[in-house]
Order: sequence, then structure tokens, then C-alpha cells
Amino acid sequence: MNTRRRNRLVAIVFVLGGTAVTAALVLTALDENINLFYPPERVVGGEAPAGVTIRAGGMVADGSVEHDDSGLGVSFVLTDYQGSDFVVRYVGILPDLFREGQGILVTGELDDERVFQASQVLAKHDENYMPPELAGIAEAESSTPPDPHAGAP
Amino acid sequence: MSRLGAFVHRLGSPRWFFDMTKPWLAGLAIIGIALLIVGTVWGLVFAPEDYQQGNSFRIIYVHVPTAHLAEALYLAMGVAGVVLLVWRMKLADMFIAVTAPVGMAITGVALLTGAIWGKPTWGAWWVWDARTTSVLVLFFLYLGLMVLREAIPGRERAGRAVAVLAIVGTVNVPIIKYSVDWWLTLHQPSSFSLTEQPTMPVEMWLPLLVNVIGFYCSVAAVVLAGLRNEILERESDTVWVRDWLQRAQSGSGS
Repeated sequence: MNTRRRNRLVAIVFVLGGTAVTAALVLTALDENINLFYPPERVVGGEAPAGVTIRAGGMVADGSVEHDDSGLGVSFVLTDYQGSDFVVRYVGILPDLFREGQGILVTGELDDERVFQASQVLAKHDENYMPPELAGIAEAESSTPPDPHAGAP
Repeated sequence: MSRLGAFVHRLGSPRWFFDMTKPWLAGLAIIGIALLIVGTVWGLVFAPEDYQQGNSFRIIYVHVPTAHLAEALYLAMGVAGVVLLVWRMKLADMFIAVTAPVGMAITGVALLTGAIWGKPTWGAWWVWDARTTSVLVLFFLYLGLMVLREAIPGRERAGRAVAVLAIVGTVNVPIIKYSVDWWLTLHQPSSFSLTEQPTMPVEMWLPLLVNVIGFYCSVAAVVLAGLRNEILERESDTVWVRDWLQRAQSGSGS
């Protein structure tokens, strides 16, 4: 390779490297802000601010869903299966994928009792797909709670 | 000169490339369309439905291939940008010029199918998480490449400026890929990878593989056709193009 071409290649490598480092620094600085939501640990730990609109996520705890006797009101517990969980209160239509054990994102604010008053509920899907027959088998086989890192928010 | 060296050297000649790729075009197009028909019918009709999402998961057969391609095409343009800036190969500039609109269209399809899938699955058309936002940035990068080319007078200068943007923009590709691992996002981690255990059973995964290859071949055919067109246009004042045109005209029997 002649000198001019090598110099151009070196210049490109430097520009690309510089851009990559800049992007890495910016993204690291923004770190927490790029996360779309607060995990249960940080809601319980008090890092999530009360009284302002935030997003939080977790898995719907088994047996925690309580529908109001009348109306669309519902309350449920979001958990990370590792000891952190908080109560969510929502009035509205739940997404089709909402069910116990499902990853859920809620938008809203924490009130004074640190109950999450949600204005929007989104379902988070994991990367696993299977036919209904197989899902039945998988459910029967596994009695352990799902791995909170596999597809959990 | 080594054989590879000779090949690269000849690649610098648009005429040689034009003559060489003629038989590839039909082959790529036929294989691509055939695979797309097989994969799409298989995926939409015969693959089992998902245990949670039901039939709406089937949009994966368009969404995943286009999302993959959107990133791959950008990386290819970045490589072409390096080739243009270092070796001043005209063909690399033509490749970037032809690929940018194709890549933007493919990224648009990925965003659109993602939104259509997001509504029933997540409950929202759009969410500003790291994955969706970085793909939107990719869309605007493609758009930027096209706008920049038009904004700068002089083909050579425009080409170099575009190449720089193509190279710098590749930084976004690993951010897209790893966004779902680095940050908390609503978007799930990758479902499709050739190097890792599939996240779905074979009867769902195979049609996806067929469609991924089908999309790659079809888009390669589109880019190649565009590239051959671009060669004719840019070399239109050369003797060989005029000869080719004459032969093409008399060959068509008019």
C-alpha cells in the first residue's frame, strides 16, 4: 500500500475511533437516562422520584391481580422475583398480553403511600416464541419462577 | 500481483463489473423471490401460532429480516465509504448512491412493521426506548446520506462527504444491536441469530431463516440492478457504453 493510501486509511481509523469514543462517552454519561423504565429494585429503594411522571417495569406477581367489583379499576403487584415489589393501581383497558408472570411497563406516578398510580400499562414481550401445545408442556415441566433476566424488564 | 489483488484491481473498472455481473442479476432475483414466496407462505400459513401473541407474531417474518438488512446495508455502505476514500474506487461511490434509498426503504419497513406489531403486543405504536430510537436514527442517517449528496455540488466532492458520513454513521450499528442488552428497553432481545440457540422451535424458525435469506438475495438483486443502471448513466459518454447501447438496441430486434 502506498503512503498516501495508508495515510488516508489511518485518518479514517482515527475519525471512526474518535466518533466511537465520543459516542461511548455520551452514552455512558446518559446511562441512567437511556433506560426506559425503573426496575422494581429502584422503585422500592426510593431512587424513583414520587409525584412526577415516570415509567417503571417488572413482572406481574402471581395471584396479585385484583379487579374492582365494578368498573375497569385494577391493582396488581410488580416484582423482580428477587424481593423487590410495589403495588400498581390502574383504571383502564389492559393489553392482551397482560397476565400473571408477564413483564409489564407502567407509566404514571408514585403517590404519597408509594403506590404507583398508572396512566398507561404496556406489555413487554420476551424473545421466546412457541406454539400453544409446547407452552403447555413447558409450563407443566417448570415449577420454578421464570428467570427475571430472561425477558423480564 | 496476487489473485486477490488482481480481482480488487479489476473491481475498479465499472465496465468489467458491468459485464461480469450480468448473469448474477437474474439468479439473485429468482432465488430471492422464490425463497420469499416459500418463506412467507410457510410463515403466514403453516407455522404454528405463538402461545401468547397468537397470529400477530407472524409479522416477525417481515420485521426481523428487514431489521437485519437495515443494519447490514449500512455496514456495507461504511465499508464502501472506506474503499472510496482510500482507494478512490468509483464503483464504491456508486454503491453508496444506489444503496442509500434502498436501505432507507428497508428501515422504513422495519419501523412500520414494528409499530404494527407493537400496538397489539405492547399496547403502543411507538415507545422511545433505546432500540426503537437508535433504529429511527439509522433511518435518518440513510436520509442524511441522500440529502448530503444532493446538497454538495460536484460529484466527486459530494461522494467523499457522503462516504465520511457513511463511515461515521456505522458507530450507530453496534448501538442498535446491543441496545437491548445495555439498557432497559421495552423491545425484547434478539430472536434471530445464526450463532446462538434459536429462541423458537424449528417449525417457526426455519421459515424465518428462509425469509431472511430471501430478503438478502432480493435486496442484493435490487442493489445490483441499480448499480448497473448507475454505471451506464455515469459512463454514458464512454465508447463501451455507446457500443453496448447499440448492441442492446439491435439485439432487441427493433
